[in-house]
Amino acid sequence: MSNTRFTVDDLKRILSEGSGEPEGVGLREDTVDTEFTEIGYDSLALLETNSRIEREYGLRLDEELLETTTTPRALIRLVNDQLTSA
Amino acid sequence: MTATVVVTGLGVAAPNGLGAEDYWNAVLRGVSGIDRLTRFDPTPYPATLAGEITGFDASASLPGRLLPQTDRMTQLALVGADCAFADAGVRPAELPEYDMGVVTASSSGGFEFGQNELRNLWAKGNEYVSAYQSFAWFYAVNSGQISIRNGMRGPSGVVVSDQAGGLDAVAQARRQIRKGTPLMMSGGIDASLCPWGWAALITSGRLSTGVDPATAYLPFDGRAAGHVPGEGGALLVLEDAEAALTRAAPHIYGEVAGYGATFDPAPGSGREPGLRAAIERALEDAGTRPAEVDVVFADAAALPELDRVEVEAITAVFGPRGVPVTAPKTTTGRLYSGAAALDLATALLAMRDDVIPPTTGVRLAEDYDIDLVTGAPRLLAPLRTALVLARGQGGFNSAVLVREFRGHRG
Repeated sequence: MSNTRFTVDDLKRILSEGSGEPEGVGLREDTVDTEFTEIGYDSLALLETNSRIEREYGLRLDEELLETTTTPRALIRLVNDQLTSA
Repeated sequence: MTATVVVTGLGVAAPNGLGAEDYWNAVLRGVSGIDRLTRFDPTPYPATLAGEITGFDASASLPGRLLPQTDRMTQLALVGADCAFADAGVRPAELPEYDMGVVTASSSGGFEFGQNELRNLWAKGNEYVSAYQSFAWFYAVNSGQISIRNGMRGPSGVVVSDQAGGLDAVAQARRQIRKGTPLMMSGGIDASLCPWGWAALITSGRLSTGVDPATAYLPFDGRAAGHVPGEGGALLVLEDAEAALTRAAPHIYGEVAGYGATFDPAPGSGREPGLRAAIERALEDAGTRPAEVDVVFADAAALPELDRVEVEAITAVFGPRGVPVTAPKTTTGRLYSGAAALDLATALLAMRDDVIPPTTGVRLAEDYDIDLVTGAPRLLAPLRTALVLARGQGGFNSAVLVREFRGHRG
């Protein structure tokens, strides 16, 4: 993962800035495979998060791929794939 | 279905007191929350005074996830609802979701949130507008967020009728209880003291341009020249009386006994304004004679023409100086959708303590033949029945009669 430019910490910061801190543990290294809804972020929070990622990293995330992206690990991978191919 | 509907919990957010008891103590002492605006610099505007709530820290009372998606009015409303539930001794998580609903009033939605996102739109571009703008500005957002936070899935909605809304919402909540929902949260909390909200309020032409907080808002006074806006309001837990008795509710503040609402005739028609008819309908609905009413909480527009209309409506129903009248909103400013809900809470506290809070700072104009309670609180025991009046810009008139609950306990 040497080309990883978008990390768990980046996602955690963006989630928090756009949608606030959830109750419970939220996003950590050990919850990257937990569904977003389970760690306290609903679909609107993800919409806001994706919008923030796009403008911060200068990307356009594929909406169809986003619909099937339900865990932090999957979203981080999707963003890094796009960053690498860009 | 005409089940008796009672108020069992109060949540108050007012410029002169956060929480029902702090507010009530301030009102009885005539302490005002009106002062020069501090939320933004009002210097460029013709009106510079407001009733601001100070010392409210949303982050201390609400989950972090709610903060980026809520306007100030919604944050105040969520905390107000928590206070009302606590006062009522109700834990909503323990009740069936469909047995609880929410009907609040709104006048303009979440202005400050909307202003920030509009600024993002024109200063940075549409990709900078928060996804939460989709609902954070919306009229119904307080009802929605209260419903979600407390798991209340019964009949819910919003009423938009400017300052009459606080009463119209409570009437709608009463209807839902009579149709079978045992508990409703109702009332209104408003807050639009930001530059965009201020500009919108100024367009009403009804704001006072006075700069002295003690004399800027003087309803029924010969010096009346408009009102001072404020933020806040009240949320009330309403219940079916039988249900409240069955669960041994800690307080039953009173019964929502009567409601009347009318709409004014078109301007220039020469026909009588609708306020008197609204009062009469509320009395009729409650089965109460005018002589049984112990106090009237006035709408108190503080514009000579509107004050005269209100004085004429009150004297037509109750006779000259036929009933004590008061407008403690002189200490908060007019709170739009929050105003009448706060007046209802105030009326219920007045009944609890057998005392009428004063209309502060006002010298009654000589040609108004009403018994206005000014200066100091007036003790009146027993104070069993209160009438609350509210008018919304555009022709809305509403009246709610609350009275002591005389049902059986246990």
